[in-house]
Formats: sequence, C-alpha cells, structure tokens
Amino acid sequence: MIGATVSSGIVVLVGAVFLACAVEMVEALTIVVAVGHTRGWRWALEGVIVALVVLGALVGVFGPALIHVPLSWLRLIVGGVLLIFGLQWLRKAVLRASGLKAKHDEDAIYAEMVAELHAAPQATSRDQIAFMMAFKGVFLEGLEVVVTVLTLGTSAHRLGLASAVAGGTVVLVAVVGAVVAKQLSSVPENAMKTTVGVMLISYGTFWAGEGLGIHWPGSDGFLALLVVLYGVATYGVVLLTRQAARTKVAS
Amino acid sequence: MTQVLKLIKAFGRFWWDFLVGDTPELFVSTLVILAATALLSRGHHAGYAAEVILPLLVVLSLLWSVRKSWPKR
Repeated sequence: MIGATVSSGIVVLVGAVFLACAVEMVEALTIVVAVGHTRGWRWALEGVIVALVVLGALVGVFGPALIHVPLSWLRLIVGGVLLIFGLQWLRKAVLRASGLKAKHDEDAIYAEMVAELHAAPQATSRDQIAFMMAFKGVFLEGLEVVVTVLTLGTSAHRLGLASAVAGGTVVLVAVVGAVVAKQLSSVPENAMKTTVGVMLISYGTFWAGEGLGIHWPGSDGFLALLVVLYGVATYGVVLLTRQAARTKVAS
Repeated sequence: MTQVLKLIKAFGRFWWDFLVGDTPELFVSTLVILAATALLSRGHHAGYAAEVILPLLVVLSLLWSVRKSWPKR
C-alpha cells in the first residue's frame, strides 16, 4: 500500500517534470537549430552550454535554500504558484484545442528566426548574435523548467530526482533533435501542455491543501484521483469552449 | 548600484510576468481559492468540505478564465 501511494506521487512528479521540460526544450531546440543552420554550430552550442550551466546553478543555489523554509509554508506557497502556473498552461491549451487560439507552429517560428538571422550582419570572428540568440532561447525557455523543478522537487523532498529527470529530458530532446537534424514540429505540443497543466494543478491543489492543514484521503494516492478529476474537467471545458466557438460561427 | 537595481527590477518583472502576466484573473482567483479553503479547513468536519471545494473552485477558475476568451454573441 505504501509502495503504491509513494509511487503515484513519484509518477506524477516525474511525468510533470519530463513533459514540462520536453515542451520547453522542443521550443528552445527550434531556436538553436535555426541559429546553428544559419550562423554556424560553434557559437550556437556555446550559447546552449552556458545557458544550461546558468540554469543548473540556479537549481543548485535556490534548491537547498528552499529546503530551510518551514514545510507547511513551503507547500502552501509552492501549491499556490503551481496552481497559477498550471491554470495558465491549461487555459492556453484549452483555447488552442478549441481553435480560439493559434497552435504553436514550430515551422513558422523556425522560418521567421532564419530570416531574422540572415538579415543580421555576419561576424568576422566571434559571432555574438548567434551566441546570444541560442543562450536566450535556452535560458528563457529553461527558466519555466527551473521553477517547475524547484517547486515540485523541494516540496516532495525529491529535488535530486526532479533535477535528474529534467537533465535527462534535455539530453533526450537534444539527441532526437540531432538525429532528425531539424526542429521537432511534429511533436504533439498542445496535448503535452494539457497534460502538464493537469499535473501542475493536481500537485498545486494537493500541496496547497496540505499547507492549509487538509489531510487528503488516501494521502499521496489522492494525487492520482486529482489528475483524473482535472483531466475529465479539462476535457469538459474544451467541449464547452468548442461549442461556444461553433455557436458564434453559426450565428 | 545601478546594476543591482537592474537585477532586482528584472527579478521582479520575471515574477510579475510569471504569476500575473496577461491572466490577472487566474492570480486573483487562486488567492481567493486559497483564502476560502483556509476558512473552510477550520473546525470539525470542515476538512471534508475543503477537500471538495478546493478542486471545484480550481475547475471553476479555469472555466471563468477560458470563458473570458469565448466569442461575444
């Protein structure tokens, strides 16, 4: 029983970190591939490595510091942040699934980036533009992953596991990107974002509740129930929104 | 000193964009949800109410925010 309840919490943690990291790194990969193809790989890869080192340092500095915050406060604050963050992801995903917001188009972003990079002046020695574009792409996309890793990892006392999953996902996306040698436009990004959103609000609800003194029935096992409940509710909101969009078109 | 101020401003802007951004209603509704749950979780049997109300308010918050983007009739 204990094994089952612990594993449901770990599964949600690993799944949320993996999917959040994969979504953000696919977006970052588009930028890096555009920079590498148009300006050369040396400076693009240098920008990627420096960004990853800075992101890793942020986790290394803030992770241990957060552990000193009293657990009930930490869980309440983290739960609140995860609720806001998860609801923002879900809102966008629902609007995209309903056709009310354009889906994230990696091909269009890639074409736009290439045009912008071609127009920029060519460097004679060190290509600062290529370095900064790759650095900013990975760093800005990676910041959301850092917040997810820190909040999920510290509250579950599994910062090492969360960091390892994020690191592994970065390597996986990089390897897949290198093998196919292009941006990953066929990744079902919206479905992944929806799943991450559901997992984040499930964890957010769970920890905010614990921080406020709620003892969830079944302890960690209740997380799995929350994931199912929120998954069904999100599907319902998508259906309602699609219907609203269709009604408008019909009238 | 100006460098430190710039860093503090950038840090503040990051959290503002991160938590509020273009969906202030989600920030406000989360605060309301947490406050309501804190009130409900006090007293006998109130925990059961909070266990139901908290997820329900989260779903309603999502629906409210999405509904703001529905096409106007």
